[in-house]
Formats: sequence, structure tokens, C-alpha cells
Amino acid sequence: MSLTDWLSTPENWVFLVIALPMLAAAVKLVTTTNVVHAALYLVVTLAASAAVLLLLGAEFVAWTVVLVSIGAVVVLFLFGIMITRAPMGREATLSHPRSVKLAAAAVSFALFALIGGAAVDAFTSQPLTEPADATRTGALGEVLFTRFVIPFEVVSVLLLAALIGGIVLARRDPGETAGGGL
Amino acid sequence: MTVTQFVLLGAALFSIGVYGVLTRRNAVLVLLSVELMLAAVNVNLVAFDRHLADQLAGGQVFALFTIAVSAAEVGIGLAIVLLIFRNRRSANVDELDLLKL
Amino acid sequence: MIGLLAPGLVAPVLVVAEEAHAAELSSGGLLASAAWLIPVVPLVAAWVIALFGKRFPLKGWDVAIAVMGFEAAYGTVLLLSHIANPIGYEGTVEIARIGSLPIEWGWTVDGLSIMMYSIVGVVGFLVFLYARGYMEGDIRYTWFFASFTLFAGGMLVLVSAPNLLQLIVGWELVGVSSWLLIGHYWEEHENSSAAIKAFLVNRVGDIGLFIGAIIVSVSVGSFRFSDVLDGVESGAPTLARYAFWGGVALFIGAMGKSAQFPLHVWLPDAMAGPTPVSALMHAATMVTAGVYLVGRVYPLYLTEGFADDVRSFIIVVGALTLFLTGLIALVQNDIKKVLAYSTLSQLGYMTAAMGAGAYTAGLFHLFTHAFFKALLFLGAGSVIHAVHSNNLSDMGGLRKDMPWTFRTFVVGSLALAGILPLAGFFSKDEILASLRFAGSEESGFTAAQGGAGLANVVLVLAIAGAFVTAFYMARTVFLTFYGQYKGHGHPHESPKVMWVPLAVLGFFSIVAGWINIPGITSTFTDVVGARFHLVADHHAESFDYLAMVLGLAAAVGGIALGYRIWFPDRATQAERDTFTIPGLYPLLSAKYHIDTFYMDGIIRPIRGPVAGAVNWVNGHVIDFVVNGAGLAAMGLGRGVYVLDQEGVDGAINAAGAVTGAGGGVLRRMQSGRIEQYATWLIGGTVALVAGFIIFS
Repeated sequence: MSLTDWLSTPENWVFLVIALPMLAAAVKLVTTTNVVHAALYLVVTLAASAAVLLLLGAEFVAWTVVLVSIGAVVVLFLFGIMITRAPMGREATLSHPRSVKLAAAAVSFALFALIGGAAVDAFTSQPLTEPADATRTGALGEVLFTRFVIPFEVVSVLLLAALIGGIVLARRDPGETAGGGL
Repeated sequence: MTVTQFVLLGAALFSIGVYGVLTRRNAVLVLLSVELMLAAVNVNLVAFDRHLADQLAGGQVFALFTIAVSAAEVGIGLAIVLLIFRNRRSANVDELDLLKL
Repeated sequence: MIGLLAPGLVAPVLVVAEEAHAAELSSGGLLASAAWLIPVVPLVAAWVIALFGKRFPLKGWDVAIAVMGFEAAYGTVLLLSHIANPIGYEGTVEIARIGSLPIEWGWTVDGLSIMMYSIVGVVGFLVFLYARGYMEGDIRYTWFFASFTLFAGGMLVLVSAPNLLQLIVGWELVGVSSWLLIGHYWEEHENSSAAIKAFLVNRVGDIGLFIGAIIVSVSVGSFRFSDVLDGVESGAPTLARYAFWGGVALFIGAMGKSAQFPLHVWLPDAMAGPTPVSALMHAATMVTAGVYLVGRVYPLYLTEGFADDVRSFIIVVGALTLFLTGLIALVQNDIKKVLAYSTLSQLGYMTAAMGAGAYTAGLFHLFTHAFFKALLFLGAGSVIHAVHSNNLSDMGGLRKDMPWTFRTFVVGSLALAGILPLAGFFSKDEILASLRFAGSEESGFTAAQGGAGLANVVLVLAIAGAFVTAFYMARTVFLTFYGQYKGHGHPHESPKVMWVPLAVLGFFSIVAGWINIPGITSTFTDVVGARFHLVADHHAESFDYLAMVLGLAAAVGGIALGYRIWFPDRATQAERDTFTIPGLYPLLSAKYHIDTFYMDGIIRPIRGPVAGAVNWVNGHVIDFVVNGAGLAAMGLGRGVYVLDQEGVDGAINAAGAVTGAGGGVLRRMQSGRIEQYATWLIGGTVALVAGFIIFS
């Protein structure tokens, strides 16, 4: 499929409108010198990823991303930033020096070339099929609680373990009273 | 829409996340970049789910699992960062060089 | 957006449905259908300020003030056109659908929400104007205005919500942004603790809100307020069965946000934020949210057979709050804390009025209180700005140095005390009259709802509360502006950008009450009464003279007693400074030991066992596993040792030599720098996979 063919589909324009700002926000996320801005850029990126998921017809997953990732995880990050008193303004020392950046850029680019090359090579440019029914939340729930019920339970246990682990790690030792308060 | 464009988007997002993980000194920012990589994985999972038109919607289910696991990861990750910060008064990863000894 | 850009792409993601209910209300035309801008503009602006604010000429304040100017103008125009021609309009956008349950975003334009739009807009605009002077030179100036705009935006999302889900979204936005604002100076541990305390105490209430929303929505089958209230109107049996618990839970949510006893403990600590934040938080946003929620679902609480029994609970909570917190205000030395406890007390009045069935009176007090409480906070901020201290003991004699602050502060204090003809008098009088009405035979305030006897007890408490209010405001004014200056440095009047908002708020504090004088004007009653699902409300045709005289006497008596004790000519300086209320002082200054109870009675007992349990698991289960693994490894080691002696040694030595040589080369990689390890790891993986793809 040629580029003009590709561009003649309106859906692909929507894709571009979502994907380009998403990548721009992602790049800003890893380069910005302001911690709080980084968290805000994460919100933009995750919101765009939710939009991509909507574009793919995965409504429930998209809204879960909005609720869990944007709603809960980002607030957790803001908590983390506040508690560790990360510098709120511009801060040059948030990243490693240039030599590390160059090596990292080379490695990430190689990674992108590898995955991208493999993807272009492996998949035909045959268009995606229309989903039979975009609202598949009910079906998704059914599958989740029948075919995938064991992984689902395992994930629940994992979350419980993470909860306890978080308490164990973050709580002060009984003898330690520095700081006080909550 | 083809599956390739979504995989390319996911690859780009993942690579940007890798770049962030490698270049950031502040541990909270490293975790933020990891979040980016997980978002890329979700895009891929759902794109393949659509591509394969899986009756069991396996891609979407696993995307949900990824979200749950990433929430757990952030919780534990931030708790560790908090602990490190308490002990060393710093959240910079390159000051954690005990491995060298 | 996606659905609009590429129709048919996703399931119909966006379906815009705009409806105007109730035949007697007009649809409001473009003014109402474009009202979705009210919550959206500040939300977008908050992002713009956070990300690009520093590039604007005034560092983001310009964007914030433009947004609030828009809100004030839009709110005022809506209010005026609503007065001319009552509007009832509801726009909804379906954003998703879970099964048959639509998730909607919408905007309500009716009397209740228009009243809130206009006060959030007008008071917000003045506070933002003032904040420019107050926050001058702050380290996080731009960030402050970003979160402040988000705060106002969250409140507007909450107010505009036509369904419980959006209300919860706005509710949480307000919670999160208030957390950011209270913790604005988070470098000091105290401030970030205050922010976390506010957040957590609010969460306790929020759980109530969630449970209430679930009970009510599930029993009706819809999140929409209009469906819930339709259910009340038509006597839906499922809703009627669960309405009591739903009503209790929703009110617990309101108690959290509106800081009602005993969930009031976060509000005084929230003073840790900058003064403009306190002003907006106490006047138009956040604490009014709970009262607003009760007003929004009021028919649920008013209709017999639904949650009307909850009203006895509401009125008791309101009465306790108004009286107990008013007393604490008497012993506070921090000027902002005096005002904070006074807010709690006034919120108690609003809640008690709501419980007594006086919808209009409660909201009217909310309306007038917004003006004079914002005025008092901004005045206090102006004083703090001048003397660089929050303590009343560092002030005194400021009336000559700060003439505008003094004049406006006195106006605000008189309005709060309820002196004729200022705003607070009319709204407080209406509450007292409503309580008296509730206590009378004809009101039909049944025993299950609280009963006439309860209403009379609350009336006595409310009059006593009015006395206490006047008393502590007299104390504050006399200690701040009269006598001798006791602070350091030279106080000076604040810049014009700060006192002009004070003067405007002073004007409103005088006239805001005149729009609802019993028997003369009833503009306010008509405004908030014009809504979907009309609320039958008792609005007196004429003054209730007994309530008026008692209320006024209490206020004048309070001021007179304050004058007797704290006015400079009537007592020596030393007496004024050290005067404490005999008998009650220890209890009041410990704030009834509620904070101590929460810490020692609830938090520690919970935290201790959890920590202990974790410790036990750590000591018994995990150690057991570790020890077991250790023993097994030792056994294995013994076996391996035998094998080792037999002949592996030679091979090991050879391998050791190779490793040593290799290590010499690889040593440089072992820098101990984790990012280098990670780079090698990912680079190596890429190389391996690339090799695998190429050679397979």
C-alpha cells in the first residue's frame, strides 16, 4: 500500500493526529528538566495511548488506562515527587552526562530499528479487519472470568503482595521516630 | 489502518522509554520512563489482538494484566525509592554504587 | 473527538444530547448550550499554565486571570438572564458505554448551578487578582496559578455535573488540587503533613460518597441526578427501600468535603497553604461542595418515604459543628485559624438549615458567606503580608497604617457577626427563622425527621453560636487593629492590586443580603428555586421578628462583651493579651482532643497491629523459608564438596586462569554504574535478537 493510499483513509489521519503529539510528549518526558512536567507529560502520553486503544476498538482497556494509569498511577508519582522532595523547578542534574546520553540514544535507536524492521518485514500491509462489534466489554468480562480466571487470580495475589511489600518497604522501623507525624 | 503502523508506534514509544530509563538519574523519572515502555506494550498487545481477531480477546485481557502489574510495579518501585531516599537523602540512581564494592 | 473525526470508526463514542426539561423553564439558548465552556476552559488553562506558563509575559498569572475573568463574566451574565427568564437546561455527551449503562459528561444550567457559577467566578476572579500581589516573588509562582486554576476548574466540573460520576470526578479534582495547594510550601514537613491530612480525611468522606453514589445509582439504574430525582418524584420502590442508606452515605461524603464535625479536623490545618488558597477554599470552592451536593439531591432528603429520616442526622451534625467549632475559634491565636474555625461554624449553620428543610436559607447563607469570608481571609492575608506573622499577638494598632484593610475587615466582621443591614444578617436570620418554623406545629417536621423539639434545641444552639461568632470576631478586630503594635518592622498598606478586591468584596458583603429580604425581595429564592425537580421550600412572607430580635441581640451582645474584654481603653494591655476563657480554655485549646483521639485512638491502634503482623510474618514465615533454603543448600554443598575434591579442581584452575585473563579485559565494564550495565544489557539483547533474525 503506497503512502498516498494510506493517507486517503480518514482513520489514518486520526491516527497521525494522536500518534505525533504522543511521541512528542514522550520525547519531552524523557528530556525535560522539570520533574513535575515529566509527570504531566506522562499524562499526555497515556491519554494518547488510551485514544490509540479506542481507535483499535478496545474501549474497556482504554478506559482502564485512563482510570488506573492516569488516575491512580500519576497521583502516586506526584506523591513520590513530593515525598522525595525532588527539585520542582528546572534542574540540570536530573539526567546523566552527555556521554551516557549518546550511548543510550544509539542503543534505543538500534532497538527501534530492530523492532520496526522486524515488524515491517513480518506483517503485510493488509488493512486491519473491522471488529465485529466495537463494544465488547461484556465478552471481555466473560473471557476474563472463564478462560483467563487463573491468571486473573494470580494478578490479584500479585497486587496483594505488592500492597504488603509496599507497606513493609515504606514503613519506618518501630524504633525509628525521626520526622514523626503521618 | 494496518497493524504495522501500530507496531511502529509501539516500537518508537518503547525505544523512547528505554532512552529515558538509560539517561535519567532521578529514580522517580526512571520509573516514569518504565511506565512509558509499559504503555507501548499495551498498544502492541491490543493491536495484535485486533490483527488476529482473537475470539478470546487474549490481547486485551493481557493488556489489562499489564496495567495491573504496572500499578503494582509503580507502588513497589516508589516504596523502594522512598526507602533509598530515607537512607541516603538522595533519589539519584548513580549514587547507589554499592554494587561496585 | 475520535467519533467526530472519523464517524463509524469506533462505536458511537460521542453522542451529544441536549435537553431542556420542565416546561416552565426556558432552554436558555446559546448561553446555556455553550456553558460546557465553564468547566472546560479552566481545566485546559491549568495545563497551559503548567506547561507553558513561564513563557507568558506575567508568568502564567495573565492566563489564570483571563480565565477567571471569563468565568466571572459568564457567571454574571447567566445569573442576570436567569433572573430575567429562568433557565433549565442540561447538555450531555456520551463518552462510553459499559453494557447498557452510559458514561456521560454534561453540564447543568439551572438555578442552583448558576448561583454557584456566579460566586465561583466572581469571588475567584477577585481572589486571583489579589493573589498576584500576595504571591509576588514566590518560588513556584507559575505552578501555584496552574494548580489554583485547576482547583477552580475542579469545582466547576463538580457544580456543572448532571450525574454522580462527573460529580465524583470534580470532587476528586478539587481534592487533588487542594492537596497540591495546601502543600504549596512542602519543604516544611508541617505543611506537607497538613496537605496529606486534608487529603486523607477527605478520603474518609469520599468513601461515603462512593457508597452513596453506588447505592443510589444502582437502585435507580442511572447515574443521572434527573433520573434519581424522577425516581423520587414517582416514588420508585427500589430507590425508596435503599434511599435511607444512600442518603446517609452521600451525606457522609458531604461531611468530608464540607468539614462537618467530626470530620472537620482537616480544615484548620489546611491553613498551611497560601492565604488566597484559604480564601477561595473557604468561600466559594471545596467546602461548599458538600452543601451543594445535599442541595442538588435535596428532594431525596425532603420526600417522605425516601431519605427524609436522614435529616435528623444532618441537623444534629450541623448544630454540633456550628456550636463546638465556634467556641474553638475563641482561643485561637493565629488569625487564619480564627477564620478557619469560623468557617466551620458557618458551614454548620448551612448544614443545620439543610437538615431543617430550609433549602433556600442554607444556600443563601452559602452565597453571602462566600463574599464576606473571602473578604476576611484576604484582609487577614493583607495583614499577614504587612506584619510577616500569623499571630494576633504580633499585631495590634494597625488601623492607621492599613486604612483600607481595616475598613473592609470591619465590614466583613460585621457581616459575619450578622449586624443589620449587612449580608450575614439576612442569611443568618433566614436560617434562624427556618429553624423556628421547623420547630412549630405547622411545619410537618416529623419526629423521624428530627421533630419540633430537636429543631428548638438547634435554634437555641444557633442563637448561642451567633453570640460566639460576634464575640470572636470582635476579639480578632480589636486585637489586630486597636491598641499598640506589638510586631517587628513597619507595617504598610498592601498594594492596590490587593486592596481593590477587598473593597469590591466589601461592597458585596454589604449588599448581597438585600436580594432576599422576607416580604420585600425574593430574588434569591426564585433563582435557586428555578431548577429541575422543584424543591418545595418555606420562604417567609414577612420577618420572623422574634428570631430577628434574638439573633441581633446575640450578635450585639457578643460584640459588646468582646468590646468589654478586648478594647484597649477598657482593659490594660497585659489583661487583653492574657485573657482566656475561664474553665473552658484547656478543652478548647486542645480542640476537644479530637485530633489526639484520631491519632492515638484510631491511627496508632491500626498501624501497630499491621506493623506487628507484618513483623510476625517476617520473623516466622519468611525466616522459616529462608532457613529451610539455607539448610537444604548446606546439604547440597556437602555433596558437591565430595565431587569437587575428586577432580573438578583441575578444571576449575584452568577455568580460573581464563577467567582471570578475561576479567582483565572486562574489568573496565564493571564500573558500578547501573546505567552502563543497563545500556550493555539492552544493547546486547538487540544484538542477539538481530543476529537471531539475520542468521535464521
